Amino acid sequence: MKRCFLIPLAGLLLATSSAMAQTATPTSDEIIHKANHMALYQGADTKSKVSLTITDKQGRMRKRAFRSLRKNDDNLDRNQKYYTFFQAPADVRKMTFMVHKHADLEEDDDRWLYMPSLDLVKRIAASDKRTSFVGSDFLYEDISGRSPKDDFHELVGTTEEYYVIKNTPKKPDTVEFAHYIAHIDKKNFLPMKIEFFKNDGRAYRVIESLQVDAIKAKQNGRPVIYPTVTISVAKNLESGSTTKMTVSDVRYNVGIRDDIFSERYLRRPPRDVMR
Amino acid sequence: MIRIFKTGCLILLFSLMQTVAPAHGAEGKGKVWPDFFGPVDVHGFIEMRGGTRTSDDPEAKDISVMEVRLQADLFTYTDWAEFKFKGDVWADGVTEKGEGDVREAWVFSRPSGFLDLKIGRQVLTWGTGDLVFLNDLFPKDWQSYFIGRDSEYLKAPSDAAKISLFTELANLDLVYTPQFDADRYITGEYISYWNSAAAGHAGRDDIIHADRPDRWFEDDELAARLYRNISNYELAVYGYWGFWKQPGGQTVSGTAIFPELNVYGASIRGQVAGGIGNLELAYYDSAEASGGGDPLIDNSEMRYVVGYTRDLAMDLNASLQYYVEQLLDYGAYEESLSGIPARDEFRHVITLQITQLLMNQTLELSLSGYYSPSDEDTYLRPRISYDVTDSIVLETGANIFIGEADHTFFGQFENNTNVYVAVRYSL
Repeated sequence: MKRCFLIPLAGLLLATSSAMAQTATPTSDEIIHKANHMALYQGADTKSKVSLTITDKQGRMRKRAFRSLRKNDDNLDRNQKYYTFFQAPADVRKMTFMVHKHADLEEDDDRWLYMPSLDLVKRIAASDKRTSFVGSDFLYEDISGRSPKDDFHELVGTTEEYYVIKNTPKKPDTVEFAHYIAHIDKKNFLPMKIEFFKNDGRAYRVIESLQVDAIKAKQNGRPVIYPTVTISVAKNLESGSTTKMTVSDVRYNVGIRDDIFSERYLRRPPRDVMR
Repeated sequence: MIRIFKTGCLILLFSLMQTVAPAHGAEGKGKVWPDFFGPVDVHGFIEMRGGTRTSDDPEAKDISVMEVRLQADLFTYTDWAEFKFKGDVWADGVTEKGEGDVREAWVFSRPSGFLDLKIGRQVLTWGTGDLVFLNDLFPKDWQSYFIGRDSEYLKAPSDAAKISLFTELANLDLVYTPQFDADRYITGEYISYWNSAAAGHAGRDDIIHADRPDRWFEDDELAARLYRNISNYELAVYGYWGFWKQPGGQTVSGTAIFPELNVYGASIRGQVAGGIGNLELAYYDSAEASGGGDPLIDNSEMRYVVGYTRDLAMDLNASLQYYVEQLLDYGAYEESLSGIPARDEFRHVITLQITQLLMNQTLELSLSGYYSPSDEDTYLRPRISYDVTDSIVLETGANIFIGEADHTFFGQFENNTNVYVAVRYSL
C-alpha cells in the first residue's frame, strides 16, 4: 500500500461534514453519527490485513493476524457483513469467521466459525458483544461498532482539535462500564481516544488511534479519499495488558460480492483473501 | 516402547521438507517447482502425548496413549485449483509400531459460479449436533476420541469427491465415496469393550475382525445435503445411501459385518432467545433388517436431537442437548433375542458442554459430558489447555466412563477411564 497524503488533506474531502465543521458546533448526536460512519461505514466495502500484538503485564507477546472483508448492506450506516480469514497463530490458522451484523437493538448478530481441521461450521452465540476479540484487549464491540442508539450522548467539551463526548449506556446492566468519553477529531470525525469508566469514576480501559492514513479509492468512478485509522492501541488498565492493532493493505470499494458472506466461502475462502 | 531413533529420522525428514519448499517463481536452472504453482505454504506440529488408565484393565495396557506425533501440512494453488496435503506420522507406544495417516490430500476447484469440487482424501462434516451425529455419516474415530487425542482426530478422513452446487433457491452437496469408509470404531486395540457373545470384557487379545465391504464402485457411499438459509435460520435435508458405519450385524459364524443402511433426515439451526438452537432428526433405514426380526442385523432406528447453546458470562459458553435413539420394530427385536441383554427401545442421552476462557483466552477450561438416564451411564471429558506461547500448547484432560451395567454404550468402557497430558509445538 502506498502511503498517501497527510491527514489534514483528508478533512477537506469530507464534503458534507467539512461544511458542518466550519460552521456552528454540531450537536452531540450529529457528531456521534458522523463518527460512527467514519469509523465503520466508509465506502461500500473494505478489504484489509490486520495484525494484533497482545502484550501482557509480564511483557509476553502474542500475535494474531487475519485478512478482513467488510461490506455495507445499504448506505444507511446500519447492517453490515464481515468476513475474517485467520493466518496466525497456529491454533486458529485458516479458520474463517463470518458476521452478519444487525443494527436493530433487538436483533443479535449472526456469527459463524469454520474449523477446517474438522470441516465444522459452528454457529456462535452472539448475545454478549462485550467479550474479548480473539483474546486481545479489543472487544467485539470495538471492532464491529457500538450502535449510537445504545447510549445517551452529551457534548461535554471542545478543544482545539477534538469534540469531547460523554456516552452513557441506556441499559447499564448489559455493559461493564458506567460511561465512556470519546475524543472525536474535529476535522475528520474519527474517534481518536475512547476512555471507559467504572461507577467510581476510575478509567479502566482506553483505546487510542495512533495513526490515520488517507486511503485513495474510487467511488462511482471518481477519486475519493477515506481517512482510516491504521494503528490503534487498546489498553486494559486493570490487567496491564495492551493490544496494538495494525491495519495494512486497505482497499475500499473493491466490489465484494454479497455471496462471499455465505457458507460456501466460509468453508473455502475466496482466493484473493488467502493471498 | 517409543522408538526414539525412528522419530529422530522423521524429524530430520520434516526439516528437509521445510528447506525444499521453494520460493515462488524461483529463477535459474535446476528449478524443481513449475511457475504456475503459487508458493508452498508449509506448516505442522510436533506433539508428545502420554496417558494412563486410572485402574487396572486386564484386557488392556496401563498406558492409554503414548505417542510422539509429527504433522506436516502443505498447501499450494494454481490459477484453477488449490492443493492440500496433511499427514501424520507417529511412534505409537500402545501398538509398539511406527504409524502413519494421511489426513488430507485433495484438490479443490471452483470451475464456475455455481459449482465447487473437492476431490481426494478429506475430512467431511455436516449437521447440527454437537458431539452427536445424526445425518453426518462421515467416518468417526472413536478410538482417538476416547484415548484423549486432540478433538481434530474425532473425524477420520474420507476418500471422496464432493460436488457442491449453488443456486438462488437452495444449495446441494453431493459426496460420493467409491469404496466404503467405515468408522474407526472400538476394536479392542486401544480400548477394551463388552463382548456380548462371550458375555465378558474383551480387548487386545480379542480384536474385532470384521468383514468390510470393499469393492470399488460397488460397495460405495453417497451422501447428499440440500440446504438453504431463511433469515439466517439454516434449513437442511439429508440423504445417505451406504452401510452402517460400525458393525451393525454379524454372520451366522459370528463375523462382524456392515449391513446396508440408508438415512434420511432434516435439521434446522438458528437464533433462539439470545443463543443458538438446533433441532435435527434422522431415520436410519436398516435395509437388510427385514422387519426387525433378524437377530443378526441391527434394526432400523429414529434419532432425534434438540440443543441450545449460549454465553452465560464473558468467555463462558454452555451448550445442552437432548438426544434420543429409538429402536424401531421393537417387538420383533425382543422376540429375536436369545438370552443377551436387550437394548432399550429408547436410549436417552443428555450432552453438556461448558467452556471457560481465561487469561486473554490463553487458558481454556472445558467439560464435555454425556449422561444417559436410560442406560445409567456417563462419559465425562474434562480438559485444560494453556497456550504458553503462540506456538506451544500444554494440555491435560481425562476420559471418564461410569456405568451401572457392563454392556451399555459408555458403561462397557469403565476400565478405560484415563488421564493424559500433552505438549504441542507448532511450526
